[in-house]
Amino acid sequence: MADTVQNASETPDQSQPWADLGLKADEYERIRTILGRRPTSAELAMYSVMWSEHCSYKSSKVHLRRFGELPQETPAGKMLAGIGENAGVIDIGQGYAVTFKIESHNHPSYVEPYQGAATGVGGIVRDILAMGARPIGVMDSLRFGPLDAPDTARVLPGVVAGVGGYGNCLGLPNIGGEVGFDRTYLGNPLVNALCVGVLRHEDLHLAKATGTGNKVILYGAATGGDGIGGASILASESFEDSGSAKRPSVQVGDPFMEKLLIECTLELFQAKVISGIQDFGAAGISCATSELAAAGDGGMYVELDRVPLRDSSLAPEEILMSESQERMMAVVEPGDVERFLEICRKWDVQATVIGEVTDDKRLVIDWHGETIVDVDPRTVAHEGPVYERPLARPDWQDEVRGAGVDELPRPKTGDELAETLLRLAGSPNLCDRSWITDQYDRYVRGNSVLAQPEDAGMLRIDEASGLGIALATDCNGRFCYLDPYQGAQLALAEAYRNVAVSGARPVAVSDCLNFGSPEEPAVMWQFSETIRGLVDGCLALGTPVTGGNVSFYNQTGETAILPTPVVGVLGIIDDVAQRTPAGFQRAGDAIFLLGTTADELAGSAWAGVVHDHLGGRPPTVDFDHEQRLAELLINAARRGIIASAHDLSEGGLAQALVEATLRHDHGARIELPSALDPFVALFSESSGRVLVSVQPEARAEFLGLCAVHGIPRTRLGVVTDQPELAVRDQFRLPLARIREAWTAPIRDTLGVA
Amino acid sequence: MPARIGVITFPGSLDDHDALRAVRLTGAEPVPLWHGSDSLDGVDAIILPGGFSYGDYLRCGAIARFAPIMTEVIRAADSGMPVLGICNGFQILCEAHLLPGALVRNDVRTFVCRDQRLRVETTDTTWTAAFQPRQEITIVLKNGEGGYVADEATLDQLEAEGRVVFRYLDGNPNGSYRDIAGICNERGNVVGLMPHPEHNVDELTGPSTDGRLFFASVLNFLAARV
Repeated sequence: MADTVQNASETPDQSQPWADLGLKADEYERIRTILGRRPTSAELAMYSVMWSEHCSYKSSKVHLRRFGELPQETPAGKMLAGIGENAGVIDIGQGYAVTFKIESHNHPSYVEPYQGAATGVGGIVRDILAMGARPIGVMDSLRFGPLDAPDTARVLPGVVAGVGGYGNCLGLPNIGGEVGFDRTYLGNPLVNALCVGVLRHEDLHLAKATGTGNKVILYGAATGGDGIGGASILASESFEDSGSAKRPSVQVGDPFMEKLLIECTLELFQAKVISGIQDFGAAGISCATSELAAAGDGGMYVELDRVPLRDSSLAPEEILMSESQERMMAVVEPGDVERFLEICRKWDVQATVIGEVTDDKRLVIDWHGETIVDVDPRTVAHEGPVYERPLARPDWQDEVRGAGVDELPRPKTGDELAETLLRLAGSPNLCDRSWITDQYDRYVRGNSVLAQPEDAGMLRIDEASGLGIALATDCNGRFCYLDPYQGAQLALAEAYRNVAVSGARPVAVSDCLNFGSPEEPAVMWQFSETIRGLVDGCLALGTPVTGGNVSFYNQTGETAILPTPVVGVLGIIDDVAQRTPAGFQRAGDAIFLLGTTADELAGSAWAGVVHDHLGGRPPTVDFDHEQRLAELLINAARRGIIASAHDLSEGGLAQALVEATLRHDHGARIELPSALDPFVALFSESSGRVLVSVQPEARAEFLGLCAVHGIPRTRLGVVTDQPELAVRDQFRLPLARIREAWTAPIRDTLGVA
Repeated sequence: MPARIGVITFPGSLDDHDALRAVRLTGAEPVPLWHGSDSLDGVDAIILPGGFSYGDYLRCGAIARFAPIMTEVIRAADSGMPVLGICNGFQILCEAHLLPGALVRNDVRTFVCRDQRLRVETTDTTWTAAFQPRQEITIVLKNGEGGYVADEATLDQLEAEGRVVFRYLDGNPNGSYRDIAGICNERGNVVGLMPHPEHNVDELTGPSTDGRLFFASVLNFLAARV
């Protein structure tokens, strides 16, 4: 028999498993106070999942609020929807808007790599769809334990196959992202999925249930027992803690159903039969009903027994918590219901009216005629607990920052420099990723102008005008560990720069903040410093944060992951035909380095790969310089005066040269600036630098442009048709040898073809 | 009046928009066709596009082959109408027995997306007549189940009758027998291949524009026929 509201009122002292559901004693008390009685078991299920860290952001909320202080305006104009929605909506001109967001699916991807990663892609795609946008591309930012760790051989291929298996089957090009390795991610892999969608201004849809008498329709897949409690259990506690009552089952994805759901939903939008819509993410029906009702002006009545089930034995509590994928909820005017159902039939998508909008501001859910939920939906969706977690700068921070790289032996001779270059190029964090990225379809939809291994992914939006967008994600967790404030800014600066080198103007930021346990003051300090760094950086660059996601508890025992705030930056380009590629294009072009190189090797790839060292102060950031550099790159792209532009990051100039030469098999003859130590010139990771190649006839115009924007430039050499990288007075390396070192690690270590 | 080329959308088709765009960019009129219809809407040629029809959950193309429109496609193919199956479309043509053999999971066990070198082995089809004999081209390849298999007798027959239309160069990406990337029927009006010519019509978004010659071929054929 179901635990009804009436039963709950009559049995106030019945004991309830609130602790097993992840609630704290005071949280349970608060629910009792809100309701004026004990919750029914269905209500307890709803509150526990909606008040979990994953859904309520209870530890991060007070910090995330700071993003709201940023002007809700991009360099391209006012935002059409802000950070409060599923994802912010950015005006890109010509009547188009785009929306993008990046979200984590870390814990499920450790438990079941394929399905965890696949449903991570599926979830973010539905987020974008729910804004009224057609999803047009995905990217993924991945972190794993050491490449040669046995568990990486389990997790990495599964995650990659899952990202590809789901995204490819949806027909969404995967245009970029990153892959990184560090021992702290062993047992805590990160799977952050980004999706971008496009819509016309007039097609924007917001998630709210309004209009008394409007019908609530559940459509898409049937509800099953997968992922029950997944959100609250998997994302909220480490695995060792899970008690027997918890069912940490990972959801199972059905990308074919999601593809139908996308096309069906877009046709429903076009037919104008949707007055409110919500995707199903974590917490399933609990989340969709309470959030839709809370955002509207009335209440909602739902008959839960109408929900189509895959497993008829599911209890109402389980139906409320199930995270079965590929489901959406729409609010539809009564007169439009028939047309709505007809479009769903066309796409073979099951749709069921399960309730309606009411005027009493209550969320009431019945189960076979008996009321099992009667709550104020705002108390479920918006008024969860908010914690000011204690934060403290860890005592080891000074020690780590003090342990710089000055004592580490540096390569001196040309042969040693060449050896270092090869070693870095062949290291897991810098080597060729094509075994991974070749499992993703980058061509589908026919608008991919740039895709990995380019610095940014670029999609054409309008075929006639050439209007397009560019996207990049970045984060160097090693820098964030040394200084979370500066590390976050370095991530922001790098993503911003990666968009600018493609010729697009960076306009907006989305972030996915991956950290250890918020119950540790040191982690909360890292988190709050990260937010501070991002807010200050975004203020300086004039870019709003339009959405994002927080993932805590990425930690095994005492060891948290490197703080990993993955920053995604979106840019706009007026005509994608003017984009700048990353690789050298033709022999005879002059090679220049933009920006200034200092002796900044703390946290560098060299320190990590050669010395297994992480200490010192990360490189400095200069946002004024970054903005001028971006202006230079945008103008140069418009005027067509640079042939290629490639950001310098991990591995410094040496790695940038490796990538720019190997991209189209062009050699380079380089002379390092005499004022710098050759090792510093090649391997420093100073920020704000870009490697460009310029056609001889455009050289004067290029130099003029550098002067106008106040960007220091250094002539390095020339692109050649010799298959070698020659650094004068130091070394000459055949490209074939570099390529061999660069392509080997992933294929060889994983033992794949 | 330009030739009208139909592109069928099955549930789970993904490259239907790309195929329609390629038709438009190469000078024909694109006509979207729906799997559930029993009309070909008077088109002059048909493309079965890439994707994962019905999620490829049973066997690639095995369910789509029973779509109502396939009855008309088979009838049209038998009467000589040009039909091109790309990737999932190739799989559907095999399942529909318009072409012999079958496509199985790649021998590398992963999805493979790359710019693939191919050799055009015959220009004696409605979709390849505009190529030079033995021309080498680059066409996007992207699939998880692209390994072409058939029994030895069928393979020998395809070779003997000049019905191997494309062969992989610079490495066989998926374990296809005899490096076969595409084949045709006896008449040469039905061609199926795993690579995606519709992704190679625009310099900005594809690794080459070699795909344009597929469309030029069929347009020449249709123009000559009228």
